[in-house]
Amino acid sequence: MERTIYREIRATPQVMQLGGLLAAFILAALWSVYTVEHHGHVITGMTNQIVWGLPHVFAIFLIVAASGALNVASIASVFGQKAYKPMARFSSLLAIALLVGGLAVVVLDLGRPDRLIVAMTTYNFSSVFAWNVLLYNGFIVIVGGYLVLQMMRKVDPRLVKAAGLVAFLWRLALTTGTGSIFGWLVARPGYDAAIMAPLFIVMSFAFGLAVFILVTLWLFTLSGRIFGDALLIRMGRLLGIFAAAVLYFTAVQHLTNLYATEHGGVERFILRDGGIYTLLFWGVQVVIGGLAPIALVFLNPSRSSTVLAATLVIIGGFAQIYVIVIGGQAYPLDIFPGFDVIEGFNEGIVNPYAPSIYELLLGLGGVAIALFAAGLGAKVLRVLPTNLSDANLPADR
Amino acid sequence: MTNRAELTRRDILKSGAAVASLTLASGVTLMAFGGSADAKGADAGKRWGLLIDAGKCDADCSDCVTACSTENGWGHGDHGSPETDPAWIRKVTLKEQSTGRTVSAPIMCQHCEAPPCVDVCPTGASMQRPDGVVLVDKHICIGCRYCMMACPFKARSFVHEPVADQKVNAPRGNGTVESCTLCVHRVDKGRIPACVEACEQAGHSAILFGDLNDPDSPISKALEQYPSIALRDDLGLNPAVRYQNM
Repeated sequence: MERTIYREIRATPQVMQLGGLLAAFILAALWSVYTVEHHGHVITGMTNQIVWGLPHVFAIFLIVAASGALNVASIASVFGQKAYKPMARFSSLLAIALLVGGLAVVVLDLGRPDRLIVAMTTYNFSSVFAWNVLLYNGFIVIVGGYLVLQMMRKVDPRLVKAAGLVAFLWRLALTTGTGSIFGWLVARPGYDAAIMAPLFIVMSFAFGLAVFILVTLWLFTLSGRIFGDALLIRMGRLLGIFAAAVLYFTAVQHLTNLYATEHGGVERFILRDGGIYTLLFWGVQVVIGGLAPIALVFLNPSRSSTVLAATLVIIGGFAQIYVIVIGGQAYPLDIFPGFDVIEGFNEGIVNPYAPSIYELLLGLGGVAIALFAAGLGAKVLRVLPTNLSDANLPADR
Repeated sequence: MTNRAELTRRDILKSGAAVASLTLASGVTLMAFGGSADAKGADAGKRWGLLIDAGKCDADCSDCVTACSTENGWGHGDHGSPETDPAWIRKVTLKEQSTGRTVSAPIMCQHCEAPPCVDVCPTGASMQRPDGVVLVDKHICIGCRYCMMACPFKARSFVHEPVADQKVNAPRGNGTVESCTLCVHRVDKGRIPACVEACEQAGHSAILFGDLNDPDSPISKALEQYPSIALRDDLGLNPAVRYQNM
């Protein structure tokens, strides 16, 4: 085999066109932010009942996928799988890009995004949100440092491995923090569960790997490089295991809740009577985003199966986060146990939510920022290997 | 020998700087600490609370809501969408599932002793005064709405549109979160909250305001004498708002 060579992707007309398209999405998101800031959130679908909406679904997906995208690098450096080593640099870059895209959406949806400096300088350490600000910033610094170490010449491999280990542990903390945003909400029956943290970690494994597979393949196709079938199928199998793990944790989450009579209401809502949320849960999250990709990669392992499985995992992932974030708020708070509300202020009813175009544009803008940053990184940095053909893969010990 | 003119100039500059820093610093302090100027006036020995007698609350009366809205300037310039309009206080009518008995009561911020909204606020904008009143510092609220996710009582509102006709005592801002302040601007001057006053004037006197820490206060005596409940008592937040005859 030849040595792994990393090269920037060339600025072909196709690359530039795609860059322009992503820039257009980013501009549309900025227009949406400007419009919402001008008129207030009243023009969005979000209300005093559904306080977090579609932007948060996009943001959480991107943030969760970010920590998962780093897995490829961790598998190489922490777990010593040499076949993944050539992809470690881009895995680190994509992780940072996805996080930046997700954070951009969170920040731009704030009621007062102009006060970002307040959020960065004034901390309430009893808030898991405040800890997350530190975890997110720390992730960018640590993974950035890890990427630099990987790209430096004549660096002691043990140092790279140590940096990889720190980044891996940090990403576990980061996803724990993201899951705990929901897990520590005692007021809402749909959240308030310790399993949220490990569930989010396992979700990150699946979503991050799926995004990594698609983005890397996309850049390889654009730059005319070879991505070997055997490697892709191997990654697809791993994705299948991760998707199964997500299903397992989801099952435990709901079975535990079903056992407690007090949570019966919210479980019936999500699993049986919730309309769109029930459909998204069973149809999109479980079948399309869970069972189908598992079947694809294990029953019919192929290049196209893997690509399709990765796409389905992403679609299922969006559905899962939508059900958690929006479904959890749509189910009413039980403020008056033992009573029915005859008259009240949106009391005791399922809260409706219809996302607006502004929210969709902002969310898509976050995806565009992540992809643009990843593409730009691959354009200016030597992070993508020139050849990932099966013949050129280092053999695992 | 010292040049007097030089000294004078320097003195003038110095005093000017002092005046400027005083002027600016107070503003900066206000900006940085928001409600802390008020909090200094709050007495850590007190814990203000409300006792709401649902037996006296008239289902058809909403004078407490109107009074709060007038006092604090919310609910006027809004475009009439109940989903997004602020509601610092709201009336609910409930029917007991097991008995069919109906009961009516106002719901507002419950001013918990262990408020989840204060715990989760990333910047500390959601805060508690030494006398237990839970407030939002509008200067450092970034509008993330995590406090609204955390509140078990749906007591908080996000300002969804630009505000007009603000009251001096209750500054509001588009893109920030707000809720019942227990009328601290009145309480700090020895008056009672607007909702309590309105309920009295309507002849119901269903809301009793007072110091929960003072065993001789009418509210403490009433709590000692008659059974009362806290909403979502299972969460162990020890709200300062309690209900009788619910």
